[in-house]
Amino acid sequence: MEAVADTAAAPSWRANLATVLALMARAKNELIRVPGAAIPGVLAPTIFFLGLNGVFGALTQLRGFDTDSYVSFIAPVSMLQGAGFTGAAAGVNLARDYEQGWVDRLLVSPAPRWVLLTGNVLAASARSFVPASFVLAIAFALGAHWPGLDGLVLCFLMVAATAAVGACWGSMLALHYKSQAAAPLMQAGTMALVLLTPAYAPLALLQPWLEAVARVNPVSHVVEAARQGFVGGVTWADTWPGLLALTGLLVVLGALALREMRRTNV
Amino acid sequence: MSGLATSARVVGALGARSIRQTFRRPQLMSPIIVFPTLLLAIQTGGAGAGVNLPGFPPVQSFLQFMLAGSMMQAMMLAGNSGGIAFAVDIEMGFTDRLFAAPIPRFAIVLGRLAGTAALGLLAALWFLAIGLVFGAHIEGGIPGALLAIALITASALAVGGIGAAIALRTGSASVVQGLFPLVLVVLFLSSAFFPQELMVEPAKTIAEYNPFSFIVEGVREPIISGIEAEQTLEAVASIAGIILLGLGLSASALRHRLRVG
Repeated sequence: MEAVADTAAAPSWRANLATVLALMARAKNELIRVPGAAIPGVLAPTIFFLGLNGVFGALTQLRGFDTDSYVSFIAPVSMLQGAGFTGAAAGVNLARDYEQGWVDRLLVSPAPRWVLLTGNVLAASARSFVPASFVLAIAFALGAHWPGLDGLVLCFLMVAATAAVGACWGSMLALHYKSQAAAPLMQAGTMALVLLTPAYAPLALLQPWLEAVARVNPVSHVVEAARQGFVGGVTWADTWPGLLALTGLLVVLGALALREMRRTNV
Repeated sequence: MSGLATSARVVGALGARSIRQTFRRPQLMSPIIVFPTLLLAIQTGGAGAGVNLPGFPPVQSFLQFMLAGSMMQAMMLAGNSGGIAFAVDIEMGFTDRLFAAPIPRFAIVLGRLAGTAALGLLAALWFLAIGLVFGAHIEGGIPGALLAIALITASALAVGGIGAAIALRTGSASVVQGLFPLVLVVLFLSSAFFPQELMVEPAKTIAEYNPFSFIVEGVREPIISGIEAEQTLEAVASIAGIILLGLGLSASALRHRLRVG
């Protein structure tokens, strides 16, 4: 009887893993059963990518630009932007699930709160590959430089981790406000995080106020790390700051999201 | 009370309702103010060095150049938000109750458009205020500012007409919401964010013929250099064309909705 009580209090790691995988499978099913729902997440970064390239492509003529291909320069940014939107969408979906009572049912299950959060966050990471791959395919069609296998793997790693950061941010807001009305805040937050960086131009060409913001924005390191294969070679010196920044953001925002989840009562 | 006065009261009441509705729902307000302001800051800070490119028109700052584009963006998203709110009214049966009321049908659409135009006015005032706070000059002075405000307000009415037509035709908020990316496409394929001469093909050629390029140039000119008759007339003609298109589509969609219920 004691063993049963222990099991109920703390599910085994196998049970936790099964819960995480089930939540990821649910997100995958959603994608397969309602493919139209994924279109805005794919369309928005694609439009931004094509639009920014068409509008600001001449910026590469400025002295101090690292590359002569704006497509190569902006493609990783759009992939990260898509990841941010996907992460925010995970928050919106969680708010919808709360409004419809699905979260209540999860909360009364024996699954620990961190497992529920992990399932939602990892599902967003997996989903972020869809818009990122789409944008990348278009970028290659438009002549983006091949980033090398290491550059490509690193870029997708950054994309997945950025989506996880966005999902933590979105989940935190979803559980705090418990309403889809907070969606603009989720989207604006991830958008600002990704774009208040050397997204449009190298640091030296940004306006002084944006340069100051970009220097303290940890996501600047993520953008630089994701971009390095596209505009030069991959180096450890440009990689570790990005990895560190994402780890820090995941720890902080993950802890805040978990705190909101623990505060959420049935 | 005369029929015209009654219609004006209905339009005023419905317009005021649509403005209150927008302020009460952050999902509707955010695209009009928050996103264009965020993008204005990011694009001004990120691409501001573009003013040093050969061929860039003489401007005091990139912020001054960008104000017209941000107003256009906010105005178009106001039109889209107005269409979404109208479709929600249709989905919830509110519009059916208005159809059953002893008021002219066109006043129902005009009421919604009046609200959208007011939001366009608000967007124009917001971005002019932001520009002035952050040091942008309005070279055309007060007449130039008033002209820019009037053009944006009229454009909001024009774009709102297309949003209302789609809402009436489909009766689905999600369909109208799905047009949100189209707004961005139209803007990126115009001279809203960068001089058309410096854009990359094929965007450059499309921007040359995009009617929204004419509107944005009509709004921009009083801000960056002063009122120019040619640009103003081209903007007015483009707005008039879009208004006629929106009214025509709205009238047809209204007839369709009344027929099918």
